[in-house]
This record gives sequence, structure tokens and C-alpha cells, in this order.
Amino acid sequence: MRSEQTIDSETRLWHALASVLDPELDRPITELEFVTEARISEAGVRVRLRLPTYFCAPNFAFMMVADAYDAARGVVGDGTYIDVALLDHFASEQINSGVAAQNGFGDAFGHEALDELVELRAVFRRKAHTASVDRVARALLRGGSDLDELHGVRLGDIAESEDLERLRRRRDELGLPRGPGALLLLDDRGRPVDRDGVENHLRFARSVRVSAEWNRGFCQSLLHTRYDEPATPQAS
Amino acid sequence: MYERDGKKYFVFESHTAHWDGSPANQANRYGEGFINCFYDFHRNLSPTEWVWPLEKFQKFPVEVLHSELFDRGYADKAVLQTVNLWDFYHQGFSTADRHGAIAEAYPGDFLVNGAFDPRAGEPGLDKLEAEHERWNFQGVKLYTASWYGESKGYSLSDPWSYRYLAKSQELGIRNIHVHKGPTVYPLNKDAFDVADVDDAATAFPELRFIIEHVGMPRIEDFCWIATQETNVYGGLSVLMPFLHARPKYFGQVLSELLFFLGEDRLTFGSDFPLWHPKWLIEKFFDFEMPEDVVADYGITLTDEARRKIVGLNAAALYDIEVPAECRLPETETAEADAVVGAEPVSPVAVA
Repeated sequence: MRSEQTIDSETRLWHALASVLDPELDRPITELEFVTEARISEAGVRVRLRLPTYFCAPNFAFMMVADAYDAARGVVGDGTYIDVALLDHFASEQINSGVAAQNGFGDAFGHEALDELVELRAVFRRKAHTASVDRVARALLRGGSDLDELHGVRLGDIAESEDLERLRRRRDELGLPRGPGALLLLDDRGRPVDRDGVENHLRFARSVRVSAEWNRGFCQSLLHTRYDEPATPQAS
Repeated sequence: MYERDGKKYFVFESHTAHWDGSPANQANRYGEGFINCFYDFHRNLSPTEWVWPLEKFQKFPVEVLHSELFDRGYADKAVLQTVNLWDFYHQGFSTADRHGAIAEAYPGDFLVNGAFDPRAGEPGLDKLEAEHERWNFQGVKLYTASWYGESKGYSLSDPWSYRYLAKSQELGIRNIHVHKGPTVYPLNKDAFDVADVDDAATAFPELRFIIEHVGMPRIEDFCWIATQETNVYGGLSVLMPFLHARPKYFGQVLSELLFFLGEDRLTFGSDFPLWHPKWLIEKFFDFEMPEDVVADYGITLTDEARRKIVGLNAAALYDIEVPAECRLPETETAEADAVVGAEPVSPVAVA
């Protein structure tokens, strides 16, 4: 018997899981179809995850599983049993037991790994920010802006869009200026880009975005090849 | 040799192997997972009619390797890239000895590359020398992200790596193929890091570093290193099949590579049997850069660039003499396509 309450909780669980991003692909794990199960029962929470390949990087995999665990914990609070597991991965056992024991990646895999995840997250947040800059800048260029204008444009000057909103969120994550007075062309430490450096900055941003899109497309289609069909969400 | 519209193109297959990934050779679940991972890549990006059954993909006859590459696949020359994986496969995955035997069975068709792991220390150096003595490598294939005992990976700029690179140079092994690409291996964060290529390439200007899979998914980092280091090359296997799967991505990524490296430092590889060179080459010559990509980068894919990529660049790396009718015309001048907007970041390197 599934109560209204359970259904409501599962919806909240699903939404919480949707806040977990694949750090590399920068998309929610729910959208990527990495979540094959997200159920709440008397026994507690049960989440099952899958990835495009057996050998996907264990540090990324660990991050996602750990983040999924935290997301679930945020929904049900302390005291409820949470069972989050990654399937079909060479390091599934280590990751799953590591997360269950609330150990860090370092404890699961060896101390040298521990610091990497913090740094790795930062690397991907910076890349996501850079790709966002590319998307906003290229819309302006298509609209007729030149490089001088791009150099001086501030966020408040730019028409609202999903890309702009995403850029602001990336800035929030990195603690960078995101108000209407903030320059568009800031590097990922928040320093304004010199006029001389604008072309290179934009070239690099384009490379980051192209790379991320290629990777995302590849991973998504690999997942389908591996599992032959998309996951059926357990909660809507 | 590929022929089209009365023109002939020398085809140098720079990335293939003859492996044994069969269940009998799999030593553990890693061995099983590894070949299955490869099989997913194969199925995912191959046109349906080119997909092999799993059993054949795991282990196929040497005769098939030769006929597919040379009779159907247009190859004039092929490099067998050695990948040992002793921890995953009882007899190794694709070993130098087995590759050497194949090269001897088909004189003049195959070149054999070796493999080393700097974490093997002093004994490994001796082994490299002995294997080179036997098989006369002109290149090696490295996996910096492989696990070795307690080690989760190594860097090309580690002291022992430099010992091995120096030894390679001493022996005349000049082509260092480094796998920096999609994960098919247990690995650590460093797998995705291409920064060590920068240091090694600077330290060994006489060696050539062919970065297989162009650092995917870190192609942006790879491009920015390679644009400055003229002895760094991009191996295009793993990008090539996107000609079929997602031509728009292919165009964008190739434009990035042409922009940052130029047409002289990119090498074709099929990674056969992952993807078959027959359809890869044919589609590569059919391919037209999408208009919006050309508008963005100001780069078109010329006949000369295709010619260099499928054969001339790698032939130069391996000192292979190319028949006269396949070379560039004598009067060939540097490319000067009209560029909309962007200028190259730095002068395009000439091989």
C-alpha cells in the first residue's frame, strides 16, 4: 500500500536526486538516465544508479553516489535507512560500501585520493562556468556585438536567457560576481579579461563548450547502447 | 591506397591491434569488463551493418586482421599498438611478441610498437631494450592512467618516465603514443590530465608525442598544450567514428584541432576492430564541414588536409616513403583559407 505521503516523498526524492549533477557532463543524473530506481518504503530509501561504462572514473562515480546519498538524506532526515548503490561498475563494491559507511573517497580507495574530489569538483565548476561564458558570448556575437563591446559588457546589459541564468548559478558556486554590474568576461578567479586577451579567452571558452558537448553526447549514447533502453523512472 | 576522382591517397593506419579478449584469456572481471567496454564503443558508433558479434570481437583470426585492413580498409601500412594488460589477461591482451609474429608473417605491411610502464623500474628498461632488439620498434604505446600495484597512475614527467623516454630516444624509438582518452581502464583523476604531455614534450624535443584520442574528454586542454608544442600530435581514433554517429560534433572537434594544431599534426587511426577503416575513410572523404561550423572557425577541410591526415603525416613519423602519385603537389603552398573573424593563436606548425 503506497500512501499519498510515500508518493509525495518519492517525488521529493526524485527532485532531490535531480540536484545531483554528473560533475563532468554538468547535467542532472536524473536527466542523464543514471537513476534506475528511487523508492521509499518502510525499509527506507532505495536508490540505484548506473553509468555509461563499466570503467567510468571511480572518483566521479563516487561523487555521484555520495551526492545522491546526501540528497536522499536531505529528504528523509536522520534515522531513515538509506541504501544507495551503483550497479555494473568495476568499483561498485568499494564505492557503495564506502558511501554506506559515510567514508570519503580516500578511505574507500586509499588516502592519496581524498583531496582530489574537492579539487576535482572545483575543476569542473570552473569548466562549467567557462562553457557558460561561451554560450552567452556567442549569442551576443550573433546579435551583432563586437569584441570591444564584449569586453565591457555587464550581466545587467544582457537580455535574460537560460544560458545567462546558468552562468549566474556557476558564478554563485565559484563565489564570483554575478550581479547586474558584473562583467561578462571574467576569468574563473574573477579577474577581468584584458582587451588583448579577449580573443584567446573566447577561443578557450569555445573549446571547453565543444569538448563538454561532445563528451555529453558520447556518454549519453553509450549508456543507451549499454542498456539498450532508457531507464524507467520510479517516481514522476 | 584510397582512390577517388582519379586521385590516390596513401593510407597509414596508425592505431590497430590484434588482441585476445576471449573468456579463456580473461583472468578476472576486469578482463571481462574491459573487452565488453570496447564492444559497447564498437556497437555504439558503428553503422549497424558493421557491427560484429561479441565472440568475433573478443578474438578473431590474424587473417581477418590483415584482409580487413589491407584488402577492404585501404591501408598501405599499419602500426600494431601493443597493450599488455597482464593483470587482466592470462596471456596479455595484445602483446609485442604476437604482434611481431604477425609483422613477420606479412612482410612490409605491419610495423610493431612496444609498450612500457616506467613503474617497472630498472628491469623494465632492460626489457624494453631486449624487445626493441627483437622487434625494432619505432614507437611505443603508453597508458599513464593504468594501475600498477599500489600506484593509481603515473605522469610522463615523473623521473622514471624521463629515464624511459631517454632510453627510447637512445634506442631510436621516436614515436611516443600516449593514450589520453575515454576510460576503458581502472583509473584515477590523472587519467584525464594531459598536462604531463607538456612537460615531457618540452624535455624531449626530438621525440614525437602522439596523443591518442586527442585527450578526449579534455580536448580543450590538449589543444592548448599542443598549439605550443610542435612535437605533439593528435591521434584521431575515437573521433573518426563520429563521422557517422554525430557529424556535427565531428566537424566542430576537427575544426578545433585544425585551428590549434593545423593539418600537419593530426593522424588517422581506426582503432580496428573497434571501427572499420573502410567506412571511416570513405565517410572522411565524403565529409563536408557544416556551414555554421565553417562560419564559426573559418576552416574548411581541404583535399590536401585529408591527404595529410590519412597518410602523409604518419608516414613522415615512421619514415615511410610514399609513392610519388600520393605525395603533395610540388607547388603546394601553405593553406590560406579566408578566415572570418579569428586568426590562428600561433603559427601553424610545419612537420
